[in-house]
Amino acid sequence: MTTKDTDFAIDGHGDISVGVHGAGASGDGSASATRITPGNALRPEDIALEISRGQVKPSEDVAEFALRIGDDGLILAQRLGHWISRAPELEEDIALGNIALDQLGHARSFLTYAGAAWGKSEDDLAYFRREHEFRSAHLFEQPNGDFAVTIARQFIVSFYQFELYTKLMESTDATLAAISAKAVKEVDYHRDHSAQWVLRLAGGTDESRDRIIQGFKLVWPYVDELFEDDELTTRLAEAGVTVQPSSLREEFDHLTGGIMAQAELDIPGVPQSLGGGRRGKHSEFLGYILAEMQVLAREHPGASW
Amino acid sequence: MASQNLQSVPAELSPEEQEREAAGQAYFDRIISEDSRIEPRDWMPAAYRKTLLRQISQHAHSEIIGMQPEANWITRAPSLKRKSILMAKVQDEAGHGLYLYSAAETLGQSRDQMMEDLIAGKARYSSIFNYPTISWADMGAIGWLVDGAAICNQVPLCRASYGPYGRAMVRICKEESFHQRQGFEILLELSNGTPAQKQMAQDAVNRWYAPSLMMFGPPDDDSPNSKQSMAWNIKRFSNDELRSRFVGMMVEQVRVLGLTLPDKDVRFNEETKKWEHGPLDWNEFKEVLAGRGPCNSQRVERRREAHENGAWVREAAVAYARKQAQKENAA
Repeated sequence: MTTKDTDFAIDGHGDISVGVHGAGASGDGSASATRITPGNALRPEDIALEISRGQVKPSEDVAEFALRIGDDGLILAQRLGHWISRAPELEEDIALGNIALDQLGHARSFLTYAGAAWGKSEDDLAYFRREHEFRSAHLFEQPNGDFAVTIARQFIVSFYQFELYTKLMESTDATLAAISAKAVKEVDYHRDHSAQWVLRLAGGTDESRDRIIQGFKLVWPYVDELFEDDELTTRLAEAGVTVQPSSLREEFDHLTGGIMAQAELDIPGVPQSLGGGRRGKHSEFLGYILAEMQVLAREHPGASW
Repeated sequence: MASQNLQSVPAELSPEEQEREAAGQAYFDRIISEDSRIEPRDWMPAAYRKTLLRQISQHAHSEIIGMQPEANWITRAPSLKRKSILMAKVQDEAGHGLYLYSAAETLGQSRDQMMEDLIAGKARYSSIFNYPTISWADMGAIGWLVDGAAICNQVPLCRASYGPYGRAMVRICKEESFHQRQGFEILLELSNGTPAQKQMAQDAVNRWYAPSLMMFGPPDDDSPNSKQSMAWNIKRFSNDELRSRFVGMMVEQVRVLGLTLPDKDVRFNEETKKWEHGPLDWNEFKEVLAGRGPCNSQRVERRREAHENGAWVREAAVAYARKQAQKENAA
């Protein structure tokens, strides 16, 4: 914020502005999604503006792909948001809140872009689709559990997302590349945060070690789904829009394996779940997440907020 | 000076210690009379320390408990933009709690102890957070009215005589000002929306108006601590003065919103040049303060639950840090 100190002097007390000018703390209304440099904040509003001007429009395939990764972020943000005011320490209320905000920010950009293919807004997609229309992977909808489960989930997510967004920065689709360039820097912090906590919990007390081992057991069945190739990713990989998810696995295993080894934790030998999230097949959890997330928007269809 | 009356000097002090105390008091009195700042290592009267500690910790607790009524709507925010703004706002409040606990720690009490007191029901926090947030419009009304009232209270605190408190308040006020604008914007959007949305906004303003006026504390003739706090340059304006200013601001802003204040007695008194408002139910205020508000036990219980559920995490972090330090020492 660039507000001057003098705005808060007692003399100006009665004049507290109620205008919203300058409310946007980051980004620049004239920023371009396609000309954006990694150092600038790219906002979903910037993408929406380009869409409305007819400057960008994703192909059906690109939109379908953006929907997948947008839904991942959205559902995870919905989960993480629940921690705010419930975390083990104030610093973690802030950290988990920050990660939730980052995930939501990425989701808004990806969904805004995806929606352009079908004339839909980010909110149309978030609030007015049903369970089978969501494309998020199962990992993202897993319950928060205790702090260890949340950290185990975040550890997998952030190492996966880091690899994906790093590759997407090279995408032939300029908008996906621009969104990813912003996202990857944030996800790098998420990696650091979760890796540090994995080490702390594994090397802390007997209880914390038991809990992080149990946490990994609960979320590890959903790892393979993240790296599954299918017809869509094959077509997009050929077009240079993204890479095959399976190609991200080696580096993911290498980096997560390094931290796990340092923490003296074994990769859980648990069976991998069938997944299916990318095809709209979800667990029982998603219905409840959507019921809560969508209730108010659906009570007032067409309303603006 | 009034401050000297509150300073009881223990009888067993040696002559040297008595001299040091007297010199400290003289320094303190000079700083206050010059309207300058007391810093953590400076001598200060025990009662000044106690008053500040009470005020700053209560303020910190209010930020932390105040996260709950708003966090209540994060998962149900009706647009992704609003969800994102609300998350950032509640996160700011955690940040305010952190600065304030840190400022309080400079007076010699640990954050752990303050948290224990809060959970044990021994510490107070702003009573307004014991009211429920039952509709989305409450996010607007809290931002506009509750944060608006908080700003009126807090802007003068940027000049509080205790350095760490005043400095913490500068940053907090900047963020609060932003919060108030976002609350106003939520209400404006609702007021210009469908009839159901407008009704939602008016209902929220009706419910939060009186509690927000009571945030300034009891009327001046019933506020025993105010006078001393003003003498110490902690508080700069009386409760009633600030309340009247706040009413004046709201009268103007509610017109822009296209809503009304639920108070037919609001008027500008030409003689006193002050805004006046209708009677407030101070009995309800005292009831809520005494623990009989709609959400008192729920709020403290949530804090207790989060704190206790997190105990093993905090223990793990401490154990890990200790082991790392041992490794480094051994190396």
